[in-house]
Amino acid sequence: MSVDGTFGDYGGQYVPEALMPAIEELNDAYERYVLNNEGGFMDDFRERLRDFGGRPTPLQRAGRLSERYDCEVYLKREDLVHGGAHKLNNALGQVLLAKYMGKERIVAETGAGQHGTATAMACAHLDMPCEIYMGERDINRQRPNVFRMKLNGSEVNPVTVGRGTLKEAISETMRDWATNVEDTHYVIGSVVGPHPFPSMVRDFQSVISEEARTQVREQVGRLPDAVIACAGGGSNTMGAFAAFVPDDETRLYAVEAGGSTLEVDSEAGVAPNSASLTTGSEGILHGARTRLLQDDDGQIMESHSVSSGLDYAGVGPELAHLVDTGRATAVNVGDDEALTAFHRLSQLEGIIPALETAHAFGYLEQVAGPDATESADADLGELVVVNVSGRGDKDLESAIEETYERDIDIAPNMDEFTGGL
Amino acid sequence: MSLEDAFADGPAFIPYLAAGDPGYESSLAYVEALERGGADIIELGLPFSEPVAEGPTIQNAVVRSLENGMTPPRFFEFVEDLDVSVPLVCMTYYNLIYRYGDDPGPRPFVEKAAAVGIEGFVVPDLPAEEADPLREACDEFGLDLVFIVAPTTRGERLDRIMEQVSGYVYVQARLGTTGAQTSVSDQTSSSLDRLGEYDVPKAVGFGISSGDHAERIVRSGADGIIVGSALVDIVATGYEHGDDAETVADRIETLARELDEGARAGASQRPPHPERT
Repeated sequence: MSVDGTFGDYGGQYVPEALMPAIEELNDAYERYVLNNEGGFMDDFRERLRDFGGRPTPLQRAGRLSERYDCEVYLKREDLVHGGAHKLNNALGQVLLAKYMGKERIVAETGAGQHGTATAMACAHLDMPCEIYMGERDINRQRPNVFRMKLNGSEVNPVTVGRGTLKEAISETMRDWATNVEDTHYVIGSVVGPHPFPSMVRDFQSVISEEARTQVREQVGRLPDAVIACAGGGSNTMGAFAAFVPDDETRLYAVEAGGSTLEVDSEAGVAPNSASLTTGSEGILHGARTRLLQDDDGQIMESHSVSSGLDYAGVGPELAHLVDTGRATAVNVGDDEALTAFHRLSQLEGIIPALETAHAFGYLEQVAGPDATESADADLGELVVVNVSGRGDKDLESAIEETYERDIDIAPNMDEFTGGL
Repeated sequence: MSLEDAFADGPAFIPYLAAGDPGYESSLAYVEALERGGADIIELGLPFSEPVAEGPTIQNAVVRSLENGMTPPRFFEFVEDLDVSVPLVCMTYYNLIYRYGDDPGPRPFVEKAAAVGIEGFVVPDLPAEEADPLREACDEFGLDLVFIVAPTTRGERLDRIMEQVSGYVYVQARLGTTGAQTSVSDQTSSSLDRLGEYDVPKAVGFGISSGDHAERIVRSGADGIIVGSALVDIVATGYEHGDDAETVADRIETLARELDEGARAGASQRPPHPERT
């Protein structure tokens, strides 16, 4: 893996000049503290991940899913990390790094609110003032997470430009950073943005696959045939893949949000999905060259997904590169399939997943379920690890609403829920 | 006229407007009013959907322009339809330059820009590190590439930028995004001091809103002033009130003249430059 910030043609540092000195400073800190463990930074980080974050998380055999899909299904339980999602791995790493760098203030963007809550927790834990930018639409979709951020002492700033989702929140956070760059660190929430963010966030998230790889060998005695993870910006994806990348026999599936359809309305500038790996093209957004949902002129399209954490028009440059080179396979699961998977996992395994995570399980059903169609790409083999990137508590309200509107077959009678709303 | 020539006759007044804001015809009239008001160079914004370096004023201009159908091909028509004689600089984000034409890369965009008479570019999300392909295309077609120098830019970074820059250097007056302000920041004078040794015109932008303000900036050593948000504010207000384009154009011309005169007044009060007598 490169440390010069490029992954094939992807990556780079496309940011305003005002930010470049801060990015050079960050790159220097990344190399010293993260890559070379200066001052015992990585030891400090791992200890905090254990004591504050609750790591390692279990790798759990999912009995009823294994039966349904006629293969061994193992779950990497990132939903059990403190805060309920893998996001803390990165947020804690970056806030700690900012502390080591002598920064005095944290800003972050959030889509689903998971990164925002993780950053707010890390900031309270490490005594750093924190401001979170969140699209107004997402604030409405994710109210419990807004409360959590505020309870942890962070300020939440609504972003009203555009459609008010993750894309606008990132742009607005970059503006704050450009204004306060000298004392502020921007804790970006995914493997996106200018170098060193994609590499650094991957390194903080790699703990997922480092643990899983060791655990699967201990528990099963061999490496998995496939690893499945959902992909929006791609932080849980890269975290779940990183340690397996050199294992050629392990196939890697990045499950994107297919939204309502993969068709794009170029005229209106709207992609009713967030499948930038599947349907996007090369371009430059938020600091990196990567695959994007854009129109013929290069204007960024509004993406869509039932899950706000996947609702983003770009994707991490390294993941785009892994897909281009054939090391990882990009697939997609639509809103309805994801909601169905949300209910199925809740019913069969007693785990209510985040709607983002439900996409990974939707793919399992798509290729190995009773109604699966034959597909050459989808040979999952005998042993599959699925990354349970987060728990679904934050999504209950929207999952209930969306299920009610869509009439999902396996869902319980939603009248019982909505009657009380 | 080249961009550098525009600085020959006193301080250069460089106003910015977003092309197509709020509509195609009205925007043509507004840009032409800038020239009547004394513009020496005009920076024309080609709106991008994710303007990360812009404050709210220009973000809203971008939204208005895009909603009225502005696209890169339409932008080039706009430039052809403009009746102005001062040099034009296209200010846009790299993805639009990169994606134009059949093959990704900056060359087709630069070729087309040269053909319609654009003299140079400012690309706020393209630092010197990533600028080689665009620099090459600009050299091929004889266009200038203006770089932004921020208050945080020092040492080796400054040298690297000054090696790549041509036309003029855009001195970012303060940290943050674009937007009108009323005071002159200390960051401006210290940036100008750092740039003193480089032999390229220094135009200061970000936050200049009045003739008085322009005067002070030029007095402190700037070779030119760049003004965007204060002019875009006039467009926005006219749009919100439903004022006719002629009235709005007059207001733009009036502020432009005030800024130009302020800059000239600043130059006359400046102690003679030791190296440029």
